[in-house]
Formats: sequence, C-alpha cells, structure tokens
Amino acid sequence: MPSVTRLLDAPAMARSLERIAGEVVERCGGTKGMILVGIQRRGVELAARLAALIGKLGPAGEQRQIPLGQLDITLYRDDLSTVGPVPQVGVTSLPDELEGRTVVIVDDVLHTGRTIRAALDELADFGRPRRILLCVLVDRGGRELPIQADFVGLTVETSGDDRVDVAVSELDGRDSVELVRGGPL
Amino acid sequence: MSAPELGKDLVGLEYLSAEQILLILDTAEPFKEVSERPIKKVPALRGKTIVNLFFEASTRTRISFEFAEKRLSADTVNVATSGSSVSKGETLVDTARNLEAMRIDMVVIRHPASGAADFLGQRIRSNVINAGDGRHEHPTQGLLDLLTLRDRFGRIAGLKVAICGDVLHSRVARSNIWGLLKLGAEVAICGPATLIPREFAELGVRIFPRIEEAIEWADALNVLRLQLERMSSGFIPSLREYNRVFGVTRERLAKAGREVVILHPGPMNRGVEIDSDVADGPASVILSQVTNGVAIRMAVLYLLAGGAPEWRTAPADDR
Repeated sequence: MPSVTRLLDAPAMARSLERIAGEVVERCGGTKGMILVGIQRRGVELAARLAALIGKLGPAGEQRQIPLGQLDITLYRDDLSTVGPVPQVGVTSLPDELEGRTVVIVDDVLHTGRTIRAALDELADFGRPRRILLCVLVDRGGRELPIQADFVGLTVETSGDDRVDVAVSELDGRDSVELVRGGPL
Repeated sequence: MSAPELGKDLVGLEYLSAEQILLILDTAEPFKEVSERPIKKVPALRGKTIVNLFFEASTRTRISFEFAEKRLSADTVNVATSGSSVSKGETLVDTARNLEAMRIDMVVIRHPASGAADFLGQRIRSNVINAGDGRHEHPTQGLLDLLTLRDRFGRIAGLKVAICGDVLHSRVARSNIWGLLKLGAEVAICGPATLIPREFAELGVRIFPRIEEAIEWADALNVLRLQLERMSSGFIPSLREYNRVFGVTRERLAKAGREVVILHPGPMNRGVEIDSDVADGPASVILSQVTNGVAIRMAVLYLLAGGAPEWRTAPADDR
C-alpha cells in the first residue's frame, strides 16, 4: 500500500510562493530586467502566480508586469533515444529578448537536475541573459548533476522510489504537494 | 502520457489510423515555433544519421526534409541518382544495405516506382520515410496539406475538399484522400475523365466532371500539377485547352460568391492548372503549405526516431 503524506496544502503553498516572491525581489534588488520562465507543465502555472506576487512587491518605478515565458525542454532531453515512446512536445514561448535580462526559471520539483540542465541549454539557444536564477517549489534531493536552486519553497528528503506530486488548481482543481511512498511509479 | 506510436516507417496515410495522423499534426504544432527561433535548431536527433535517397527530381521536398533534419541536429547525406552507383546498375536494396553498413538510422526515399518505400522498409532495419513513390503516396505532403487546412479552418472534420486536375498520376491526391477521409472530411475529385480514376468513388469520394461544380461545392481546392513527365500521351488534347476547361481562374472562383481556399503542392504551372492571380491571391495558402512542410517533417522524424523498431504500421483496413 502506498502511503501519502501531505507536505503542503493550499494556504501553505500560497505562503511559500509569497515568501519566494519576496526573496526574488530582494536578491535581484527589484524587478528591473526580470523575466520569469516556467517549465512545462506545472512550472508554467507557478511562474504565473509568482509573477503576479513579484509585480506587487517591486519598487515604484520598476516593472509591475513581469514578462512571462514558458519552456518545454523535451527536445533537449538527454534520454530521448532511450525513453521508448517519444514524449509529447509542448509549447515554448519567450516574451522578449534574453540579452542582458535576469531570467528566473520556475519549476515545481527539483530532483536529478537533468530538466534544469536541459532548460539551461535551451535558454542558451535563445540568447545570453545577464544571469539565470532557479526557483522551485519542492527540492526533493537526489541530484545527478551539480545544479542547485536559488529559491526553494520546501526541502524534503526522498528516496528514488518515492514520488512528489504537485497539484495546481489551474490544471488539477486544487493546490497541494504530496509525498507518495511505496506506490507504483 | 502514453501517446499512440507511429511504428518504424512512414509509407502512406492509408496505413495510419486517424489517431496516428492527429498525433503527427499535433506534434508539428510546437515544431512550427522552432523555425521562428533565432537559433533554428534543437538537439533532439543529435547523433542520428539520415540519408536522403532521391531517385527522382525534387527541390521543395528534398530541401524541406533537409531543413527538418538539420533543425533537429541530425547528420544528413544526400544521394541523388545521377552521380551515384545507381547509375551503374546497383539495385535499390543493395544501395540501401550498403548505406546501412555505414550505420545510418533513417532513410528518406523518393522513387519512381509505386511501393518502393514499403519494399525498402521491409528489407532494412533503419526507419524509412516515403517522400513520394510513383503514383502511390506522398504522405508528408498529405500531412502538411491537412495541417494547413486545420490552421485555416480550425478543423478537418466536415470540410469539403476538392482535389482538382491530374488525379490519376498523383501520389499527392492519394495521400490527401486517405488523410482527409480518415479525419472525417468530405472529398471530391475533379478533372478530365482520362485523369480521374473511377475506383475512388468506392471510398465515398465524389466525382465532378466540371471544375465549376467543384468550386461551387468546395470549402477548399487542392489544385494538382499536370504531371506531363508521367504522361505517355493522349490524356489531354493541349495545355491551352486544359486551362480553358479546367483552369482555376479568378472569374470561376468569383462565381462561388464566397472564399474558396486554394492549395497547390507545387511546382505550379502558372496559366495551366492555376492562374497567377489565384495562386498569389488572398485565398491562397500555398506558401503556408511550404512553411508547414518543414514542421510536419520535423514531427515525423522526431516521432519515428523514438518509435519501437519492431512495430510496423496500423492494419490497412483501419479507417
């Protein structure tokens, strides 16, 4: 029997995002030149929420509408030839030139780091941002590459067989983060 | 997400299910954007080697495949009949087996013989993509026509599409007919009786002997090229007469009293099957077809490269 642990409920998730938004504004010293890029699928929804929060926190005179992009990293995966039936490719769209900007990548879960490696490669094909920061709702450990997040909602130790399920109301009808242990992958 | 698979080869739309055709069209959507990027390249097929084996003249299709391959980071080699061992009498299978001995992954083949792509696909391990085999099929052209129609109308089901001209010699017509019927469109063919195979009526395809009737009926016309190189003789009295009786002209389209979308697989014989002001007019989607061709071919290459080799194609009666 798989055991399910609720890590974040809707209010806790909202608080995490608010805290992250504050940290992003503080670290970047404002919102100038900032672009948020969500990774398909749930990173896109989280990026949209963060953009709204960050826009409210930004200092007067700086951008309140944070440009939002979405990135599908499927074509940059390093396991395309081994995954079997090919994964479906989603939409990639970036709102603006990346030259000189601060790009904040937003994803739901950070695990092996391979998705972020692919995202960095893909962004490099669009231009040369001044810097790239990484923001994740859950860091579940288990890294296979030297990649770390700059902003983390929640850190949880997991084993390879566990699953971390992030639900967002836009796609799943509710906000939650759950740890599923011992279930089918 | 478990999507339907495509199998090892793409031989024709006749052998695909509606679900598989939609998978290709949907996969092509994100690939359209790749061609709009500052760096028009993604690493999806890095390390794959693709041979474009063209036994017939082609500009558009060959270049379109080559762009698609390069934008997916595959390594490509072009082999044309002239200047290769084919002109020394080597058979198709020997040519392909020799290429395979150099460890290739995919073959894109155009050949004057109907069935050549299927024949090859059964004999080599690499993925085979049909880029036109005789009068049989030209599946990627059929797919890009479907994508262009879907872009314009937002749907395929229920559309009325008339395929006009030299249907007899046209692999483009066959791929279009299969694809359109499977996705629920109504299909008609129109042209001189010598160039209209009656067998298509059995598939539920309407036959219009006069171009005026086809225009009256259709939401879109796919105007085929007169394939003079495939005609022995006696199919039509003269090009001038063909244009007078079957040419798609502005005057004829105006009588419909509504917009009829115009497709043409190219290369066009302006002033024969289609007039210039129609080809360049507002209802023409001919250049969108060319743009969509690259996205469709990227989608097919991407899907086949990841497909399971032991899987071939859907049953032929699945329609």
